[in-house]
Amino acid sequence: MSASVASKVSSTLDRLKRLDPQLKVCISIFSDEAGKRAAELDAAPPSGPLFGESVVLKDNICTRFGKTTCGSRILGNYRSPYDAHVVELLEKAGAVIVAKTNLDEFAMGSSTENSAFFPTRNPWNPEYVPGGSSGGSIVAVAARMVPFAFGSETGGSIRQPASLCGVTGMKPTYGRVSRYGLVAFGSSLDQIGPVAVDVRGVARLLGVVAGRDVRDATSVDEPVADYEALLDESPGKMRIGYAREYFGEGLHPETRRAVEAAIDVYRKLGAEVQEVSLPHSPYTIACYYLICTAEASSNLARFDGVRYGHRTANPTDYIELYSASRDEGFGAEVKRRIMLGTYALSSGYYDAYYLKALKVRTLIKQDFVEAFKKCDVILSPTTPTPAFKIGEKSDDPLAMYLADIYNCAANLAGIPAISIPCGFTESGLPIGLQFMGSHFAEGRLLQIAHQFQKSTDFHQKAPPLS
Amino acid sequence: MSAKITTEEVQHIAHLARLKLSDEEVSRFGAQLDSILEYVQKLDEVDTTNIEVTAHPLPICNVFRDDTPATSLTPDAALANAPASDTPFFKVPKVLDQETA
Repeated sequence: MSASVASKVSSTLDRLKRLDPQLKVCISIFSDEAGKRAAELDAAPPSGPLFGESVVLKDNICTRFGKTTCGSRILGNYRSPYDAHVVELLEKAGAVIVAKTNLDEFAMGSSTENSAFFPTRNPWNPEYVPGGSSGGSIVAVAARMVPFAFGSETGGSIRQPASLCGVTGMKPTYGRVSRYGLVAFGSSLDQIGPVAVDVRGVARLLGVVAGRDVRDATSVDEPVADYEALLDESPGKMRIGYAREYFGEGLHPETRRAVEAAIDVYRKLGAEVQEVSLPHSPYTIACYYLICTAEASSNLARFDGVRYGHRTANPTDYIELYSASRDEGFGAEVKRRIMLGTYALSSGYYDAYYLKALKVRTLIKQDFVEAFKKCDVILSPTTPTPAFKIGEKSDDPLAMYLADIYNCAANLAGIPAISIPCGFTESGLPIGLQFMGSHFAEGRLLQIAHQFQKSTDFHQKAPPLS
Repeated sequence: MSAKITTEEVQHIAHLARLKLSDEEVSRFGAQLDSILEYVQKLDEVDTTNIEVTAHPLPICNVFRDDTPATSLTPDAALANAPASDTPFFKVPKVLDQETA
């Protein structure tokens, strides 16, 4: 009994290290720290909802041990002097952080190919992308390396890879989880979120990390429910809306079939299913990319080669210190987004691009307010297609942006959303089902998503790996 | 909104963003920004007359906390990641000339 956490963590690390060379999940593996932590837990009486459980974190979440690289050369050797709020809460809950995972540089991307270090592979077929930007955390759970992981979302970066890899991943309401210690990308959109095999795991993780933190003034003092206990209650009358606009042109036929079959599952469970409309959906991606890049161009101004991060050798003056350090340290997608955001905020273009996008954001938000008068949750495919091949979209930024077409509206509106597995293509790639709910309705969202997992076993299917 | 972005504009934006781009990057990003800007012009179709902006998804304003003294990072911890430092300072190239200082 006394050695149980140590042996559990050690076998987790064995599997992680065995599979990592083929899947390329981890940027850092904390064998020594995790072993030490496990021994400490074994020495104390068991306590906490995650006692002895192994967790991995996306490498844009700060830890006081190891590195926090954001998948970028500019932070290649960065060691955070403090822990993110979620790290403190996870440790208090008894969790053991065993690794930090790969991501698109600064969480900018939809395939985890934009990491400065290496691309992560889809465990169902290594020639395909896992999605992104939280690809490493998602694959760690999909490949059953660890039971639990955390990613972050600015626009779909948990749900989209969860869909492409067949796991359950949630973006909580903006403000539900403290962003303290999450390296900022788009501050009005960013949110840390849980990843697990099933809804029950996600509910448990959310319960641990949700709540107000004075160090993040945008975290909200709303009561935190016992999300896991809610799953065992009867869901009552489920009112499910499906957004007409999310079933249009560009939806892969196999994805459509799987999602329509999921709607039938809910009908059989007695849910009231009706069509709803989100009329501003066609403008989601344009609105999102103007806002997130504007915020990114401002947030990433801090990487200047002075206080931390890469610094160019022998700059001629202080302007070159900034500009050469940044050019050498950032990858192509990050530079592209900084350029777009700077352009949208620059004199002469601010009103036409940035302010226009903020107004369209209001309309997108209002679409949801109207839709939620008729239903508890909005059901849709998580992504228009299953996973695409590595390299397929690398040279076409816009095509890559459109991979998140069903995801970004939830980030713009600040509402919670979840992706759960709902089927497979004939070639064996996972398909995801998305639910969006109203602000702070995580409990309802989890309850309704859980009903699907009680009636199906897609979430229990693991990729064949050896 | 006009679609075509010129080389000079790309260079101007790169300067504002403090990115020392190579000529190859200037021409590649210019072409890519063109196609992205052409796409985002879709927003022109939306009538936003009298629509307020949303800068933040939740109606939060004036968040206060108690003014309680607490310890912050020590100078050593704050400087630990600096590429160049001389405790307790960050080292940077000269910003002002002696004559203009």
